[in-house]
Amino acid sequence: MNANRKIGEVILKVDGISLAFGGVKALTNISFDVREHEIRAIIGPNGAGKSSMLNCINGVYTPQEGRITLRGQSFTEMAPHRAARMGIARTFQSLALFKGMSVLDNIMSGRNLRMKTNLLLQALRIGPAEKEELAHRAFVEKIIDFLEIQAYRKTPVGRLPYGLQKRVDLGRALAMEPTLLLLDEPMAGMNTEEKQDMCRFILDVNDEFGTTIVLIEHDMGVVMDISDRVVVLDYGKKIGDGTPDEVRSNQDVIDAYLGVAH
Amino acid sequence: MALNLKKNWPVAVLLGLLAVGMVLPLATGASAPGFYLEVLIGGLMAGVLYSLVALGFVLIFKASGVFNFAQGAMVLFAALALARLSEVMPLYVAFGIAILIMIVFAWVVERLVLRHLVNQEGVVLLMATLGVTYFLDGFGQTVWGSDIYKIDLGLPKEPMIVAQSVFDGGILVGKEDLFATAIAALLVMSLAVFFQKTPTGRALRAVADDHQAAQSIGIPLNRIWVIVWAVAGFVALVAGMIWGAKLGVQFSLQLIALKALPVVILGGLTSVPGAIIGGLIIGVGEKFAEVFLAPVLSSTFGLSGGGIEYWFAYVLCLFFLLVRPEGLFGEKHIDRV
Repeated sequence: MNANRKIGEVILKVDGISLAFGGVKALTNISFDVREHEIRAIIGPNGAGKSSMLNCINGVYTPQEGRITLRGQSFTEMAPHRAARMGIARTFQSLALFKGMSVLDNIMSGRNLRMKTNLLLQALRIGPAEKEELAHRAFVEKIIDFLEIQAYRKTPVGRLPYGLQKRVDLGRALAMEPTLLLLDEPMAGMNTEEKQDMCRFILDVNDEFGTTIVLIEHDMGVVMDISDRVVVLDYGKKIGDGTPDEVRSNQDVIDAYLGVAH
Repeated sequence: MALNLKKNWPVAVLLGLLAVGMVLPLATGASAPGFYLEVLIGGLMAGVLYSLVALGFVLIFKASGVFNFAQGAMVLFAALALARLSEVMPLYVAFGIAILIMIVFAWVVERLVLRHLVNQEGVVLLMATLGVTYFLDGFGQTVWGSDIYKIDLGLPKEPMIVAQSVFDGGILVGKEDLFATAIAALLVMSLAVFFQKTPTGRALRAVADDHQAAQSIGIPLNRIWVIVWAVAGFVALVAGMIWGAKLGVQFSLQLIALKALPVVILGGLTSVPGAIIGGLIIGVGEKFAEVFLAPVLSSTFGLSGGGIEYWFAYVLCLFFLLVRPEGLFGEKHIDRV
């Protein structure tokens, strides 16, 4: 862990969120906060409501109760594209890449919101549009270098192996230069080596770009190694919150993961 | 994705056959050069119009992954609106109002249909557009009536004869046809540039690939859908105007629009250049088959002749479905399991 990295103020505050689908309560009265520059994990067994929580922050779901505050701006209703405008980027548990497009185009699409010049100039590639495209391209190349996928720049994403697709997914999110990066099970389905690579990328992103990261995982081992603080969910309720060490010794958490003798 | 002819030899063979079929009438002296050129030009012009309708399909498919069955109905509806409005006002005003109508239509489709079907299967969306088709047919009749109406572009009807010095009797070309072709070509080109070269085009392609992911990078799905449906409506209006001026605005316009289906399958559902080239191949191909192949066939087999024009496109399309379902220029569908 990098000791110089400075954890800042609270930038995201989740306050009393409850979400139900019909009679099924996915989340019940969840509150926690995320501080600037930290890596915050949400863990829990399958079906604990982790992805639902992420989808609330991202605006895919609208919780019935509670509010979410991002950098002092609070909202109860949110749409995914507006979340993106506010600086929230995300990756997906089951990949959601633009399969027919090249790696480069996929990551370039993350710059979409930052393209300012108008359509006509873009089409003709003249003046500021040309310059802008080049500047974005330069930024994207940096990300490609960073994720070590230079060799696949022009490959259609659908042809890449799973581990690399996950990197492209991360790259697209990074291209948005997000203030808050949500990672939905970035290590799911990976082998040990791929997991180690992904951990390294996550730590480097946090370290080099100072990006605040909220990540979901059910592999506890990995999470404990890289997170600053951890929220534990079980059956849609928060059962633990604190540093990895605190969480590890929390009896409720141990029960949720290992089961309780009745 | 480029077409590798070595790997796709059946396609190469077919394209070769078509090319041979193109030069054969001239080479064997079955046709006078002047007449040959007339047929060729006629085919190309019909082809450009097919391309125009096909473009509507491709636009919507690229930007929303929806196979819009209603494109033909949109052509008819737009043409009806233009024809009836132009009875009471100048054509250019009617054209402007017809554009507005198609924009409102796009907005209504998004609001009432598409918005509720985000992330659904392709089949569900296809069925929804089928519903839109029949609604639009009926609604068009209710509002505009069901007679045959005409659109007068104010262009001279009489054909001109060009290149009289080169060929015996010259070549007959309709002025209206030339005008139509020029407009269609311009439209097709600007749309191709828009999709392939601009970041906005990239955003549209992104929406087609994955709704969820597109939203997550800040693309407002709903607005994009209104935009592409409005653009497709505009393309339908132009196609309807040109077809309508040629043949009169009537229900059969919709059937001609169905010719765009084989065109998009041939060219590739996701490819703007594919729609253009597919349209031209089918336009020229069916004219040649009708004019040059039909007499040969009927004299050889003692048939009564003709009618190739009606099925030529669909046979070509069937062939492509069998050997290269993604079409000449379409994106190959890759699934990793």
